[in-house]
Amino acid sequence: MDPRSPEPLASTSKAGEVVHIAGVDKTFVTGGATLTTALQGIDLDIRRGEFISLIGPSGCGKSTLLRVIGDLVAPTRGSVTVNGKPASRARRDRDYGMVFQAPVLFDWRSVEDNVKLPLELMGYDGARRTARANEMLDLVELGEFLRHHPYQLSGGMQQRVAIARALAFEPSILLMDEPFGALDEMTRERMNQEVLRIWERTGITIVFVTHSIPEAVFLSSRVVVMSARPGRITDLIEIDLPRPRDVETREQRRYFELVTAVREALRRGGADTGVVEPDSEVGLASIDRTIAEGGIG
Amino acid sequence: MATAGPIDLRARFSPDEAALTADAAGPSQSRRRRILTFAAFAIAVLVLWEAVKWLGGVPWRFENVLGTGLAIDHNPPFRWALANDLNLPHWFSILGALAAPVQRNAELSLGQFLAGAAFYTWREAAIGFLVGALLGLVLATIFVHSRLLERAFVPYVVASQTIPIVALAPMIVYAFGPNVTSVVIIATYLTFFPVTIAMIRGLRAPDPRALELMRSYAAGRWAIYQKVRLPASLPYLFTALKIAATASIVGAIIGEGPGGIPDGLGRAIINFNQQYISGPEKLWAAILVSSLLGISFFVVIRVAELVVLRGRPGAAEG
Repeated sequence: MDPRSPEPLASTSKAGEVVHIAGVDKTFVTGGATLTTALQGIDLDIRRGEFISLIGPSGCGKSTLLRVIGDLVAPTRGSVTVNGKPASRARRDRDYGMVFQAPVLFDWRSVEDNVKLPLELMGYDGARRTARANEMLDLVELGEFLRHHPYQLSGGMQQRVAIARALAFEPSILLMDEPFGALDEMTRERMNQEVLRIWERTGITIVFVTHSIPEAVFLSSRVVVMSARPGRITDLIEIDLPRPRDVETREQRRYFELVTAVREALRRGGADTGVVEPDSEVGLASIDRTIAEGGIG
Repeated sequence: MATAGPIDLRARFSPDEAALTADAAGPSQSRRRRILTFAAFAIAVLVLWEAVKWLGGVPWRFENVLGTGLAIDHNPPFRWALANDLNLPHWFSILGALAAPVQRNAELSLGQFLAGAAFYTWREAAIGFLVGALLGLVLATIFVHSRLLERAFVPYVVASQTIPIVALAPMIVYAFGPNVTSVVIIATYLTFFPVTIAMIRGLRAPDPRALELMRSYAAGRWAIYQKVRLPASLPYLFTALKIAATASIVGAIIGEGPGGIPDGLGRAIINFNQQYISGPEKLWAAILVSSLLGISFFVVIRVAELVVLRGRPGAAEG
């Protein structure tokens, strides 16, 4: 499949593209004079309201690509346009909500005050801050935990607070970097359902980094398959599963076909490098395990 | 997700959090145990002290034991130089000296005199402490934002603390005159260092992703400092302030000697040192009051820490 010409997705195309990435390379200087190519020749268009997953073995640069989109890392070459403006401008315009693998909540603030933090920075007045924080915490079903401190919540609940915080100031894109990677399988599946519900209700564009094939297939409208050394896009797979998706989606024949398709795309990407890296072997083995576990539920 | 209510909350408590709730279940009980342990150790020390005197001190005589009019003579089996009345006075003699007049025919007791001196010294130390803490905070803030200045100046900050304060104090007094200002400068000098070093660490304590998060909000340096770096550094700040509080007392006492301040503990210690042969209890009493002053200042900072850090995990420890 040619990554440069993604097929438009009829079901999700709304008001055109929100992210346009053209010819992006990223090289890091590691250990003195050694250059590591994290990303090479990345072209990708993300349409408004899409749910895009970036998947690949560790070291394929999927997190770096997410950070390039969010202007947390500057590309060495190429351009990133977001909402028709450079990524740096989009960041200053507060177009991005970020969610990391760790919730990154502040212990000295209550749950409510954590959600209010970006609103304080963006000059919302007190009443609007409270209203938005309450609304967002209701959205993630944590309305009863306003006064709790983050360390009093479970891992999944903390991550929901992080999502509420990222959505509070109504960014146009939600960037999620393996947000459920640290959660157990049961919690992760519940969180997947949750994030889909939020995505459907808000109509926000989501870019989602994961190393779990079932998660990528279940959530996405398109899966971007990446391979390592150098990090590049090797495949774009449309996920044509009907919506709304729920527990039964994971039992459909088409779901298993797509899981297999993504896994084979990952294998092909791994073979392309010509070298079997011990660490990408581990990565694939764990992905296989995840499929086996995901296949049961 | 509707099931992820309080049940979820309890089931997923980590061991840390479980300890936290256990602590919350009986704070008065654990406090009582701490006070009892402290009192038991204090009594053990006093008993041990007198046991040493009993075994190796000099002969002494109890007059009028418990109001019975009886007198008991005691002749210790050994004679240890370190346990004689000059090197190790009876602790009750020290307490007795505190109640006795500071000088013959003086109205003021030694205890009252030392309390006044302690308060005077504390004021000097507190000013030095505040200036030093502020200086430490400003220096750390600069160093955290500029690697260049950090590399250039942190070695001098460290070197400053290798100069013996007894050598430096007379120089400061010579430069600024024999007055309270000099004493405050010496207290400041001992105070800024722990705060600087701890705050360089504390202001860098936030998770790098917290800084990325702030960057994604397009937050500036000041907002990052105010909302993330400073609050994250507070546990480090209070650890440093507790060290600085006791150091500032030591600095003020040392500075009072060359500074020629007659009203503080420093002068009292020098005077009682000179009178040691005739009345060792007075110097012991002055040392006792000095350490009580240091402990009180420490406790004040500790209470402030509990108030400021309340609601954070682990705030009750330390």
